[in-house]
Amino acid sequence: MSESIKNEISDAKILPFGESAILIEFGKGIDPEIHSRVKVFTEDLDLNPLPAMIEYVSAFSSVTIFYNPMKVRKMQKDVPEEKSLLTFEIVAAMVREKLCKLERGADYTPRIVEIPVCYGEEFGPDLQYVAECNKLTVDEVIHIHSHGEYLVYMIGFAPGFPYLGGMSETIATPRRQSPRMSIPAGSVGIAGMQTGVYPIATPGGWQLIGNTPVELFRLQDNPPTLLQSGDRIRFYPISRKEYEEYKGGRS
Amino acid sequence: MITTIEPGLFTTIQDQGRWGFQAYGMPISGAMDRYASQVANLLVGNCLDAAVLEMTGSGGTFKFDEEQTVAVCGGDMQGLINHTPISNWSAFTVPKRGVLRFNAVSRGYRMYLAVRGGFDVSVVLGSRSTCTPVKIGGHEGRVLRQGDVLHVGQDVERTIQIGKLSSTYIPQYGKEVQLRVLLGPQDVMFGSAVLDTFFGSSYKVTKQSDRTGYRLKGPKIKHLGNADIISEAVWLGAIQIPADGMPFIMTADHQTTRGYAKVGSVIRGDLPKLVQTKPGDSIRFRCCTEEEAIKALQDEQDRYKKIISACKKE
Repeated sequence: MSESIKNEISDAKILPFGESAILIEFGKGIDPEIHSRVKVFTEDLDLNPLPAMIEYVSAFSSVTIFYNPMKVRKMQKDVPEEKSLLTFEIVAAMVREKLCKLERGADYTPRIVEIPVCYGEEFGPDLQYVAECNKLTVDEVIHIHSHGEYLVYMIGFAPGFPYLGGMSETIATPRRQSPRMSIPAGSVGIAGMQTGVYPIATPGGWQLIGNTPVELFRLQDNPPTLLQSGDRIRFYPISRKEYEEYKGGRS
Repeated sequence: MITTIEPGLFTTIQDQGRWGFQAYGMPISGAMDRYASQVANLLVGNCLDAAVLEMTGSGGTFKFDEEQTVAVCGGDMQGLINHTPISNWSAFTVPKRGVLRFNAVSRGYRMYLAVRGGFDVSVVLGSRSTCTPVKIGGHEGRVLRQGDVLHVGQDVERTIQIGKLSSTYIPQYGKEVQLRVLLGPQDVMFGSAVLDTFFGSSYKVTKQSDRTGYRLKGPKIKHLGNADIISEAVWLGAIQIPADGMPFIMTADHQTTRGYAKVGSVIRGDLPKLVQTKPGDSIRFRCCTEEEAIKALQDEQDRYKKIISACKKE
């Protein structure tokens, strides 16, 4: 935590990652402050991509840029050989220049995304367990879960899967002892201090408390996911009837 | 059209990958062996990115309704057209109603079948590649099954002279390969004695290897401290060292982010060598410079240019 207060965006650490990627570390830790620097940097990258950049991936506290090293080499074809730099050094210098231009303490405006959830019933077979585990009633668990604001730190693991921060400790619950073979798409669950939503059906050991009728992975859209790094999300409870209407209305 | 009579062990449609969506958690996919798949396309006059069939371990059998020009590159699956053997790394004509049959691989591991025009399936997020973990792309997002019908597209770029590739451009596949590695970004999480072990030992390819990655077995690579890092992006060729100390190299269908320390990356120029190894084969690593890695990419580009001019119709 202390590091996040001391450091500025321009203090980021730049490391080589193979011959065609570069890792930019804005700190070490899962911390909204560090992540806001990740987001400020990637918003700038969206507007002003680096030459030779293919794409980037942002994570909890870092950004990785993938580039075409052959294009970078061409950028210095007029430089005499003894003065030529490593491809990594050229890209690192461009990154450094970009970082220095960013305002100290700059921030970004997050998108707020509201996600309807039908809690309990067959959608949330573990809701009762989460309540018992935390000595709460089922309604209290729903109230706490749907009154938090969650930060999307990153998308990874599966297309559209958000790594969320910000869940209340009062509903934290350990993973299931035996994972389920398949968790349906849209499942909302809790694992330890984390909460999350599954965009596609996958095996998993999360405690399931509900399901959202909203699609998180959308092949027909660009971008193909509902959520992006840096979004702030809120869950709100809907009834079984509203859930069915939502599903029916879409098809 | 081309009908799948026998699908083979693991046959998928692949092009050169689905780029631009890693930030949304979408794997890149695409042909595991970039070189063999692109050469197959060049031999039939396709653009480099045309969709091909990738067959792993053991190939399938296909019936052609019409006469087609095809090429076969990569692992040797001893193909036959109507019982007549064909040579690997060459282009040839399959006659109308001809049957093209492949067997178990004898050298290498992955074989590519290109058809002039490319395989025509819907483009999903900019690519025809099959991503089986996400069940999208290619033919219904899955491996081919008996009875699947494939169509030929229009990804033709030039007229060609059918023939066999000069042996200069044909890689030799052995049971032991050496892969060049660039250190980083977490090599500092390992002591120098451990790095000496990593570069001084031989690792076996395990059966747990697939299109998402190659899991190896050999002398343990011990971390100085904790094995885990805060999840960050991974990338083709990245060598992760999980807590068990066994190297795990990321390939085409890898997840976009992972939380294990990465000792280094196999250079892109050597990835085709990696993906032609099969379970039981041995791998050694050699530390190299960025210059060497980029020269390997440059050499590959030069080879494509020479192959293009060699296949040009007089």
